[in-house]
Amino acid sequence: MSPDWLPFFEWCEASWLGQFVRTSIWLFPVIEAIHLLALSSLGGAVLLVDLRALGLALTDQPIGALARAASRWLWWSTAVMLVTGVLLFMSEAVKCFHNPAFAVKIAALPFALGYTAFIRARVLRDDALVTGTKSRLVALGSIALWFTVAAAGRWIGFSS
Amino acid sequence: MSLEAFFTWMGDTPWSIALHESQYVWPFTESVHVLTLALFAGSAMLLDLRLLGVGFTQFPITFFTGRLLPWTRSAFAVMVTTGLALFYAQPLTYYHSVFFRLKVILLVVAGVNVLVFHTRTQRTIAAWDTVTPPPRAARIAAIVSLAAWAGVIVSGRLVAYNWFDCTLHAQPAWVNLAADCPAPGASSPTGTAGAP
Repeated sequence: MSPDWLPFFEWCEASWLGQFVRTSIWLFPVIEAIHLLALSSLGGAVLLVDLRALGLALTDQPIGALARAASRWLWWSTAVMLVTGVLLFMSEAVKCFHNPAFAVKIAALPFALGYTAFIRARVLRDDALVTGTKSRLVALGSIALWFTVAAAGRWIGFSS
Repeated sequence: MSLEAFFTWMGDTPWSIALHESQYVWPFTESVHVLTLALFAGSAMLLDLRLLGVGFTQFPITFFTGRLLPWTRSAFAVMVTTGLALFYAQPLTYYHSVFFRLKVILLVVAGVNVLVFHTRTQRTIAAWDTVTPPPRAARIAAIVSLAAWAGVIVSGRLVAYNWFDCTLHAQPAWVNLAADCPAPGASSPTGTAGAP
């Protein structure tokens, strides 16, 4: 990450919110646990549709109907992930600045979000029961992007 | 042999020490354990939302129990395998962890709930497969499932924090009781204190 951004990361960590989370013994672990609960529901909502689009599960229902039903849970989970994620970040922003896993995660995240909102949502809305090559490719892309975000996120705690 | 002695022995086996001290294998195993939650807990939650009648109500319940459950089961197998490996790396630490014990209790609750649902509640499913909301027994099963698995995830995450680690600091009486802490002054088992 560019050194120009370091002051911003320092500002985040010194902010009232960053201090508030960091000075508590319980807050970080509890927010982390909520982040993990939202990971589960986000993962479920994403994978349900991607597995269907790959033709690997639930093939007796149209992709579009499943995607529409899952979308509510997908975006609510994303909202919880973003709020808890920002809180966790604020409390240790300077550590994140020097953390390669964080850089990977934060670079992949906008792609995963944009891809899900614009490309995936547009392709996976067909109400036919067939599974086309295009849906398969889009589902693979979705799994690859979200996997990168999640795996890099877990690795923040292991790399330094 | 007591469990304590058994886990002390286990933690001193060469493979346990190697896994515990490895630079990459332990974090990799832990990452697989956590990321598989997305498939395991995620798909279980979707079924629970359907059973509660709050989501996916246009799909029959058997659509989830029949077509999604094989994925849930495979993911659970991965969670158990990686979980056992992680336990094997530090058996005594987890044995004396309040959060780990809570996690095991909640796993049993979740397991009994699954068993009751599959052997009793689900028997009449043909009558309410497409009904919204599903009968009370199904909704209770969904709430118990959501609460128990959420508790398993939260307590599992908190296992990593050593606030109540009786092998590191003196603890209040309730922790000593709940975690079956060794009596003060007793010879401390080797190879466990100071675990990360």
